[in-house]
Amino acid sequence: MLQTTIEPPRQKRRWRALATAILVVCGLLVASLAIGVYDITADDFGAELVWITRVPRTLALVLAGAAIATSGLVMQMLTQNRFVDATTSGTTEWAALGLLLSALLLPDLGLVGKMVVASCFAFAGAMLFMLILSRVVIRSTLVVPLIGIMLGAVVSAATTFLAAQFSLLQMLGTWFMGSFTQVVRGRYEVLWVVAVVTILVFVLADRITVAGLGKDVATSIGVNYQTILVSGTALVAVAAGVTVVVVGFLPLLGLVVPNIVSMVRGDNVRANLPWVALGGIALVTLCDIIGRLIIRPFEVPVSMVLGLVGAVVFIALLFRQQRA
Amino acid sequence: MTSTLAAPDVAATGVEGAPGHSRWHRLWPILAALTLAVVFAIAILSYDNPAPLGSAGYWIIVQSRLTALATIVFVAASQALATVLFHTATNNRILTPSILGFDALYVLTQTALVFVFGTAASSLEGIPKILAQSALMVLFATALYGWLFSGKRQNLHLLLLVGVVLGIGFGSVSTLMQRLLTPSEFDVLSARLFGSIGKGNPEYLPFAAGIVGAILLFVWLRRRTYDVVALGRDVAIGLGVNYQREVRTILILVAVLVSVAVTMVGPMTFFGFLVATLTYQFARGDSHAETIPLAITIGLATLLGATFVLKHVFAAAGLVTVIIEFAGGVLFLVVLLRKGMR
Repeated sequence: MLQTTIEPPRQKRRWRALATAILVVCGLLVASLAIGVYDITADDFGAELVWITRVPRTLALVLAGAAIATSGLVMQMLTQNRFVDATTSGTTEWAALGLLLSALLLPDLGLVGKMVVASCFAFAGAMLFMLILSRVVIRSTLVVPLIGIMLGAVVSAATTFLAAQFSLLQMLGTWFMGSFTQVVRGRYEVLWVVAVVTILVFVLADRITVAGLGKDVATSIGVNYQTILVSGTALVAVAAGVTVVVVGFLPLLGLVVPNIVSMVRGDNVRANLPWVALGGIALVTLCDIIGRLIIRPFEVPVSMVLGLVGAVVFIALLFRQQRA
Repeated sequence: MTSTLAAPDVAATGVEGAPGHSRWHRLWPILAALTLAVVFAIAILSYDNPAPLGSAGYWIIVQSRLTALATIVFVAASQALATVLFHTATNNRILTPSILGFDALYVLTQTALVFVFGTAASSLEGIPKILAQSALMVLFATALYGWLFSGKRQNLHLLLLVGVVLGIGFGSVSTLMQRLLTPSEFDVLSARLFGSIGKGNPEYLPFAAGIVGAILLFVWLRRRTYDVVALGRDVAIGLGVNYQREVRTILILVAVLVSVAVTMVGPMTFFGFLVATLTYQFARGDSHAETIPLAITIGLATLLGATFVLKHVFAAAGLVTVIIEFAGGVLFLVVLLRKGMR
């Protein structure tokens, strides 16, 4: 009785908050559409330009932001660790190695083929990370991301070595510099793959949550732990592989957003998912806008702004958690 | 029973002038590493020299190679010394200055200088410029890391993670600022930022020699104090050492050493770690009288050896630092995993 009288207003307030958040994100997206060197209201070409660069770019921001943020949440559930995402588990570095190898060994491979290779490498890397974790007996919260970061450093040393051998170093820099500058019509469409990833994360949310409680709990309530672990990792790997190929590294995005959301809203994964997706879109769009504004008419790649913002927030999170 | 067994060991490792037998035990790894280093140095100077042995041309080529050799020597020595000292100050053997973002911090201060003063930053050539830069770096490093290592925040893994992420953040800020520089300013910066083992800048050599030599002498004179500092905060204070001051001094020395190394060849994250870990493997004891010379000789042997082998066996001279990064990174992972499992 009491439950039913209290529940509706609370529910309503929740929807109102979510609606406000969606409005804010829409505002950011409109700003992203409006900002640029070329005045889109100036002449006839302006309207066409919107469809050539502005809309694809904004769509890419939405797709990549949502996918990377939600896959960060998946990583954190699967490893039962708040400080893990594609950046701090070395997964993006593996994707980069895969991309480089595919460019070297199979130069005729198209964009999609490259993404498949990159995603496979990301998957192998993420599984290796999980394997190492399962071998470590004392899983201190802070050791887990450290192992991931160092694994990533070792892999990226290998990538650098290969790139240097084939004088691809400069190219490597431009490839992996997370940036939406190159995103125009005809170059971003494959990013829709990560939209599928995001939807699958929503579908699998409950099972991933259960898997996050550990193997024994998951098995006892009838969830196939191994399957969820592998499919969750595969989703993360596809998101990492595809974004690395199309836009490059988006450092710490998958780490910062889920943590902030769960700080504000608690730990209900399923209810948090839309917030995480929205937060990812908002953060990456905001960083992109900042990058486009500070040295107009040029622009700063989004990865640099994200790296700076992400590092500050991450350290703040670390100290906060330590104090608690 | 155990105490009588342990007694000679303590005497041999802690005190200088121990019986000749253990002294020899302490010396042979240093001598072995030194021999290796000398062999590689001679090899780098003389191997594949097109001019006939002993001719005038031969000596000209040797002389030009001496610059690169000296660069390697100073870099190896300062990285090795910096890491061992850093381990002493932080009282653990996983941290190294570079993993905690010291290198990235150096790059950041350099970039910030050019960012703020523009091309004017290059017009202040000579000793004042180097002094000003080092002062800025040292100030920043001591403030930041002194704060991190002071008092209650003694969670090793937290420190490590904060350091690593700080390094990433510094890197992002530096690249961001570099993007905002005008091309001519960027030239000024990159000329000073990115050295390589192949070409060392002879201009820096006298400064490097002076700085590294002075610090080495200073550290050697204080080696017994540092033995006490290495015992940890409480023990050191109990034994009457001004712990806070000693640690601050060490952090300053480390900052200076790192800036010397980074100026000459650019950042190398895991080299110091590699060298220090090898050092503790071969060292008989923990005293600085033993670890400092051993670390320096092992550092020399490693870097000279890697340079020679990569240059002449694999024809990949530009990759010395990358290979060392790879090996050091793997070693770091192994050590971290073993510590994590314990």
